[in-house]
Amino acid sequence: MNTLVTQAFRYIGKKRRTKEDPRFVTGHGRFVADIALPGMKHVALVTSPHAAARIKAIRVERALASPGVQYVLTGAELCAETEPLQVGVDAPKVLRYPLAHGVVRYSGEWVAAVVADSRALAEDAAEKVEVDYEPTEYVLDPEKAIEPGAALVHPLHGSNILYRRKFVWGPVDDDFARAEHRLALRVRWGRSASVPIETFGVAAQWDPGQQLLDVWASIQMPKYPDQTARSLRLPGNAVRVHFDVDVGGSYGVKRGIKHTVLVGFLAKRLGMPVRFIEDRLENMRGGDMHGPDRIFDMQVAFDSDGTIRALKMRALDDVGAYAGRSPLQLGKPVGAIVGPYQIHSVEYEPISVLTNKTAQEAVRGFGQSPTNYALESIIDRVARHLGMDRVALRKKNFIRKDQFPYLIPSGTTYDSGDYHTVLDKALAAADYPALVARRDAARKTGRLAGIGIASCLEPSGANSSFEPLFNPKNDTTTWMDSCLVRVDLSGSITGVMNTSSAGQGHETLVATVLGEVLERDPDTIRVVHADSLTALPSNSPVGSRMAIMLGGAAAGAARKIKAALLAIAAHNLKKAVSELEYREGSVGVKGDAKRSLSWAELVAIAHRKFHLLPPGLEPGLQAKFVWEVPTGGGLPTADGRIQMYPCFSFEAHLVLVEIDPATGQPKLLRYVCGHDCGVMINPDIVHGMTYGGIAHGIGAALYEKFAFSDNGQLESQSFMDYLIPTALEVPEISIVDHCTPSPLTSFGQKGSGEAGYLGAPAAIACAINDALDPLGASIAELPMTPLAIWMQMQTARAGGKRSPP
Amino acid sequence: MKAVSFEYARPATLAEACELLAAYGPDAKLIAGGQSLVPMMAMRLARPAWLIDISRLAELQRVAMPGDLPADRDGVFLVGAGVRQCVIEGDALARAHVPLLARALRWVGHAQTRNRGTIGGSIVHADVSAEIALVACVLDATLELRDTSGLTAVPAREFFLAPMITSIAPEQCLAEIRFPLWSDPGRETVRGCAFDEVSVRHGDFALVSACAQLVVDAGGRCMRAELGVGGVGPVPLALPEIGAHLAGARLDEQTIAAAADTAANMIDPEGDLHASADYRRHLARVLVERVLRAAKEDAMRNLMEKPTA
Amino acid sequence: MSEQLYSISIEVNGERREALVAARLTLVDFLRDSLRLTGTHAGCEHGICGACSVLLDGEPVRSCLMYAVQADGRSLITIEGLALPDGTPGALQDAFCEAHALQCGYCTPGMIIAAHALLEANPAPDEREIREAIGGSLCRCTGYQQIVDAIKLAAGKRTENSA
Repeated sequence: MNTLVTQAFRYIGKKRRTKEDPRFVTGHGRFVADIALPGMKHVALVTSPHAAARIKAIRVERALASPGVQYVLTGAELCAETEPLQVGVDAPKVLRYPLAHGVVRYSGEWVAAVVADSRALAEDAAEKVEVDYEPTEYVLDPEKAIEPGAALVHPLHGSNILYRRKFVWGPVDDDFARAEHRLALRVRWGRSASVPIETFGVAAQWDPGQQLLDVWASIQMPKYPDQTARSLRLPGNAVRVHFDVDVGGSYGVKRGIKHTVLVGFLAKRLGMPVRFIEDRLENMRGGDMHGPDRIFDMQVAFDSDGTIRALKMRALDDVGAYAGRSPLQLGKPVGAIVGPYQIHSVEYEPISVLTNKTAQEAVRGFGQSPTNYALESIIDRVARHLGMDRVALRKKNFIRKDQFPYLIPSGTTYDSGDYHTVLDKALAAADYPALVARRDAARKTGRLAGIGIASCLEPSGANSSFEPLFNPKNDTTTWMDSCLVRVDLSGSITGVMNTSSAGQGHETLVATVLGEVLERDPDTIRVVHADSLTALPSNSPVGSRMAIMLGGAAAGAARKIKAALLAIAAHNLKKAVSELEYREGSVGVKGDAKRSLSWAELVAIAHRKFHLLPPGLEPGLQAKFVWEVPTGGGLPTADGRIQMYPCFSFEAHLVLVEIDPATGQPKLLRYVCGHDCGVMINPDIVHGMTYGGIAHGIGAALYEKFAFSDNGQLESQSFMDYLIPTALEVPEISIVDHCTPSPLTSFGQKGSGEAGYLGAPAAIACAINDALDPLGASIAELPMTPLAIWMQMQTARAGGKRSPP
Repeated sequence: MKAVSFEYARPATLAEACELLAAYGPDAKLIAGGQSLVPMMAMRLARPAWLIDISRLAELQRVAMPGDLPADRDGVFLVGAGVRQCVIEGDALARAHVPLLARALRWVGHAQTRNRGTIGGSIVHADVSAEIALVACVLDATLELRDTSGLTAVPAREFFLAPMITSIAPEQCLAEIRFPLWSDPGRETVRGCAFDEVSVRHGDFALVSACAQLVVDAGGRCMRAELGVGGVGPVPLALPEIGAHLAGARLDEQTIAAAADTAANMIDPEGDLHASADYRRHLARVLVERVLRAAKEDAMRNLMEKPTA
Repeated sequence: MSEQLYSISIEVNGERREALVAARLTLVDFLRDSLRLTGTHAGCEHGICGACSVLLDGEPVRSCLMYAVQADGRSLITIEGLALPDGTPGALQDAFCEAHALQCGYCTPGMIIAAHALLEANPAPDEREIREAIGGSLCRCTGYQQIVDAIKLAAGKRTENSA
């Protein structure tokens, strides 16, 4: 499958209203909280107030006697009847269940679930559950957690290190010895996450006659039906997940497997439909949807002319008290560990650490944004050290357009790119010299002003080979997706996608692709979601994969339909296929306008005129396409080299920031993003996600933190303290597009769901540091709140050292 | 996040509301706009057994000018406790006579919360960083509290005791707030005011807030000043001593800076997730300077616009 | 022992609705669960995210910060009520589609309510006024840009239509 960059597309790349928008603007979305099953019961949770404690006793009598209560479930029962939830690394003694059993490991952990006729009644009863705790030692600091003698979060595991490995790709020590300069830097990415406006919710209903569990959930998760079935000790075909539930935003975190096992168990146990919608406090404290919380210690080796030779990076990540796939967020960046730069050798040491905090889950980018922040921070330090212009330094080290496909030291090949042009476009769009002049003019009047530049990769396609990389026992190499296309007897086209959507416009994506290949108007094409019993294999929207994988699957299925139509026409026009041409669904003889068959005629033959059907062709007009991610299927080498994601989008951010010198408050004055995700199937959808990603990145850079007190209490447990950017914190953003098509995909498209978020924190951090530079101050930790900025300014004014290395 | 069960009453008069309060005592809470109370009830931090809805009592909706009331040397601008914030924000008379209150409202929550939240509700809720409470203290407003036995007038400066704790008794209802008018300063003097705050995002609770109201003469000499800071202690803090000290002084940069320093040294702020004690002290200094400067500039602008006799 | 119920009568989207409700039933839950008008969404239940916004006597308010009993005798419009009489999306809603001012759709009803109220009060808002009007509604998907574009588009069409 290749792309013709000069090919004029009919529908791809053109402005098109999405199929999804109309139902939402009229209030007719169908979110899980909108689903009311007859006789449905509701769940509220009893949660741990302690960071660590033994559970001595749980008394439920008063709760059971509370009005409207159906049941109170504790960990003792649930853990005996279900299988533990899966961990992404090899840590069989790190057991995780939806409810605590015997011990609690973080404040907010779920201890008991009350089922009642309404959520209010369930909450009333939850207050009456009595739990006797014996508080125990806990550890909150991840660096202390890996020291000998630290309190163990999972004593049976033997340490608080969930995963650790040192990868050495290339002659790192040699390159360091031979380089003219070295410098070191520590930066810290604070714990934030996606925090969608809709919390996680799940409803389940057990049908004893069919022995079938129906599940509706706000879900975005690979292998969700399988893991649900496995934990509930049901065969896979006894769980039916409805993928047509609208998901109110996810960006990675809606992996509510523990909520689902809990609710599924209750529904089956009680023989009643059960629904659990997290309230915001449950979500923030105990939903296990926190994000990377990472300390980077880096060293870089470079020459006086700015050539960067080698990089050492230790990434220590605090996953909290339990883990699902979260430790793997240290693995995905392996596939883009050098960023857009020609760095010869790399040493990478990821360390995943357990502490007594809320558990982490996949956040947009799966660890790439923190890594980009770290990389761009040290690149800027190199520039400052050499007195070299930051743009020039980047351009000097960029992989050049003519060097693609480009193999990086960790074993991944980047497919295509033109980083110089994208950066130049961004610089031009920002009128960079004028921006610099504006910054300098502000500085002359005593203001603090800075420009940030970040050039970052967005790996896309989700060949998630970090799974076998981090866990050799997990030899999973299949990362597939699929589409089924039907043309019915009336000639209407329906596409079936096999996973859920959370605002990415998948229905529009599929309709556009089908329309493109079949040359039929996408507005007439319907796209529906299968359920898990009727679905073809899918790995769900993760890792910016759907434009590539679902788009490719839709194209593949459509091409099969097209081939069938040509075969029918060839058979009936008595010509070879090569003598025919396909035109908007009808097929005619080349050069003979009178000899053709219309779409309707071809459809009629396919569906009901068996006597005219070519031998060997199945009746009807439908096709399925299931395919493996391009360049996938391999296992890592012994030294941990592997092809990870296939396609690499790229973004160049330019930000102008001012800091109020009296209060430390930052303000974003100008924001430009150069973006290359290959061919855009729907530009409005891509731009929308990029704006949103930048806004999310602004939050991570300046406002958002899951902060814990010294005794392990989550201090930012509501929107009063966890501060999501509003329209007043997000500036107007200019996006300038470029297209280096991918040679690996059906139309040259690359993925783009994580765009903006992957580069914004890096760019803003660089801008803030540029603004603080004249004071001799710097800041190396996110979020850069007014307090944090002010403290660095104070330190510098008092003559203290710049924020460490 | 569902509230604990409660019973609800919507009395037709203020007297009835007070009777209900007397009957149910500390188990009852008044609700007007509910913008502060309802979230606390949702989180089960507030658990009243009775909610008495006073949002529709006409008696609490008065907005009155001097001239509507018996004459005083310095008249008052009267705001019923149940008057919604959006009403005062848009009220031309309020903007003319208590401009500091109108300006402070721009910082209070969001437009949607100001459509429901009331002037009185914000005062009684007494959040540490509440803007309206600060203005009431700085302007030395008088709060009229009602119960079944009658009326008690309490100076705002004595009303706030601790974070979210005031001297209001469980059976009392805040009925009116009387803001002293600063009588027309005279031909060659003008009034100016300013409100400012530092918060993390626009519309958030203030980390620190400050406001000032001044009368200055044409030469920039201060004739009268009141100022205060919020968020730097358990209660909003009026600074009448500094205000008195400024009277008669030229409001040059040195004087303003000295006043700000004095303010910063008088306070003993606490630290939390968003701001350390040192940072709050620093912000107090910065904001006092800013509001004094801005109030003076506001006065000078008013002077230019003032019609000559 | 069951909770005391109160009789309420509220006009919702032009239709009088009567019900018996517990005092602690919030307005958002009343709309969603009792009236099955699920277009209004609950995102935080503590009055910050704005997904629950409705028009109360024409003014935008957070329905999670009101109890249904407080709305007795009042008049409400929800997102469902902003459609044209024949059910097709109104001009503002159409502008949201044209500008792709949404992705997951969860904050959208509250955003549209806020935008509607803005345009009723201020038919030609500038960028700052638009951002302030939606400043009380959180969105995690769009970064607000296409929402601002949609509101400008809708404002422009209003001017056209009234010209």
